[in-house]
Amino acid sequence: MQNLLKTPTGIKGLDEITDGGLPQGRPTLICGGTGCGKTLLAMEFLVRGATQFNEPGVFMSFEEKSDELTKNFASLGFDLNELIDQNLLTIDHVHLDPSEIEETGEYDLEGLLIRLGFGIDSIDAKRVVLDTIEALFSGFSNEAILRAELRRLFRFLKDKGVTAIITGEQGESTFTRYGLEEYVADCVIFLNHTVYQQIATRRMRIVKYRGSAHGTNEYPFLIDQQGFSVMPISSLGLDHPASNERIPTGVPRLDTMLGGKGYFRGSSILISGTAGTGKSSLAAHFVNAACARGERCLYFAFEESQNQIIRNMHSIGIDLGQWVEQGLLQFQNARATLYGLEMHLVVMHKAIDQFHPSCVVIDPISNLIATASEAEVKSMMSRMIDYLKMKQITALCTDLSSISGSLERAEINISSLMDTWLLLQILEARGERNRGLYVLKSRGMSHSNQVREFILSDDGIQLRDVYIGLSGVLTGSSRDNQEAKDLAEALDCQQQIELRQRDIERKKLAIEAQILALNTQFEAEKDDLIRLINKEKLRNDTLLLDRQAMAKLKQADKPSAPLSTIKNNELGASK
Amino acid sequence: MTKDTDNSKPPIQSSTEVFEQAMLKKELQDEHYILRLFVAGITPNSQRAIDNVQKICESYLQGRYVLDIIDIYQQPSYAKQSQIIAAPTLIKELPLPLRKFIGDLSKTEQILAGLEIIKKPPQPTE
Repeated sequence: MQNLLKTPTGIKGLDEITDGGLPQGRPTLICGGTGCGKTLLAMEFLVRGATQFNEPGVFMSFEEKSDELTKNFASLGFDLNELIDQNLLTIDHVHLDPSEIEETGEYDLEGLLIRLGFGIDSIDAKRVVLDTIEALFSGFSNEAILRAELRRLFRFLKDKGVTAIITGEQGESTFTRYGLEEYVADCVIFLNHTVYQQIATRRMRIVKYRGSAHGTNEYPFLIDQQGFSVMPISSLGLDHPASNERIPTGVPRLDTMLGGKGYFRGSSILISGTAGTGKSSLAAHFVNAACARGERCLYFAFEESQNQIIRNMHSIGIDLGQWVEQGLLQFQNARATLYGLEMHLVVMHKAIDQFHPSCVVIDPISNLIATASEAEVKSMMSRMIDYLKMKQITALCTDLSSISGSLERAEINISSLMDTWLLLQILEARGERNRGLYVLKSRGMSHSNQVREFILSDDGIQLRDVYIGLSGVLTGSSRDNQEAKDLAEALDCQQQIELRQRDIERKKLAIEAQILALNTQFEAEKDDLIRLINKEKLRNDTLLLDRQAMAKLKQADKPSAPLSTIKNNELGASK
Repeated sequence: MTKDTDNSKPPIQSSTEVFEQAMLKKELQDEHYILRLFVAGITPNSQRAIDNVQKICESYLQGRYVLDIIDIYQQPSYAKQSQIIAAPTLIKELPLPLRKFIGDLSKTEQILAGLEIIKKPPQPTE
């Protein structure tokens, strides 16, 4: 089994939804209302074929003259004259003026076929555009001949083996006014330009593609300075990579709250909060930190202009201007009501593809929500976030919530798509409004469950612990108050302790002095005793000597032994 | 705009005269016809168209016509130059205005009227 051969169009996104391009060697019908971009799509098919795939093309125009076409496409950056000079393109304008022509019998459209064949052969064309062949129906009255000839024309195109685009104006109940789809049975693409709530959106749908799988949805597309781009942003699936890398939030204390390291790379972060809670400031910190690491950031601002944001962020000590100058930061400013949601998606897609950022900020996402219904927002956001995750781009979205019932709304819409959800809240008490920050959720990391007070200072955002005491959660000046009070109490306590310590010290000294005195007294008494003993001994000795001397004087026979000596002798003898 | 019409008032009157004179002249003068017939090969249609145009020229324009017969198979670049879509196509290049007749040229009356050879064209019958 050989697969259907396809001719890539080179148009951004179209090859993806057609799974490779238009059927090779066959005609494709592009139909749609006025001004929906049929001619542009057809011409871009040829231009891209010529420039990217080296396939020359023939453009047969039934409406615009070649110099008109050249001028119109010059504004899109396509230099048709250059391609014509290089023999990569031939424009053949078929002039049809019914008032000039008279039908006088039987005829065929061999002239057209010969011109087409000549055009194809002269540059060996692989691609052909007929824009809009329906003009023939107004030029010739004999429809029977015309239809037979059209059939022949399409057969001729197939025989030539060229990949052709036929454009057709949308009919009332049919795809084309004259039923061209009858002849072109292989591939039919329908372009649509709808206005909903005064916002116009261009969409494309592949009605039919014989022998090939194709996306069946309506895809939004964009026509801008670079031509046509289709955004096949749906059904991307949930198989995006999950990085373990963490990136700082730009606020050290917030990193601590998020498991100490910050967000996951490639995750989606939602910052909800009422007006004036500092969502954009938090986003600016994130951007500042990312740019300081040398990463590229894309900032979609739907409320403020670039200069306004840069000026405002100066007031909290963040210089975003330097990153813009260094080319690391790009702002995309647009009012949310400028175009429809799908268009926003397409524009953002395109900007991301061109800038290759590693971080994206959408500020605020709620403005987009206002332009469409909830279901649309959810589908748009999920496609956007899927896309960003595929590319491993960290997305930070801010969400301006109204005071009442804000959380529920965000919950329905997008919170389930978000990996990390920070909530900024006004804590109002004692005539004061203070900002509080919670981590509502953060998938895949342990995170703090504490409320932190969020302070915008000249040096940026600071997070402080709130006072949680008997009287509840205190913030701002009442927290300061309470802290001062606590401090005073603590000081008091400290002083008391010191006082007691000094007391003890003094007591100790007194006791020690007493001990010394007693010791001294004891020593003195001990000395007295020794002295007494010595004195007694001396007295005894003297007494003995006296007695001996007396005995000598009395001339006694035998000197009687002193009492003590006798006693000692007797004791020694008995032993 | 009003100025222009004011200025051109006298010429309008005279232009009517000029027109009438021209009409008279036209009747009197033998105008030269330059005709080109584009055919695509020798098909029955081509053959008939060639026969028909030659018949008309010989009968009505004898001596004051130039007829080119071009086969666009052999000279396809002519088809683009002369804006040929259908075949056969007869182009009256002169006298002005330029007119094209497509088909095998079998409706002689219609062609004569279109070529302004006979004055009053028959009302086209549907």
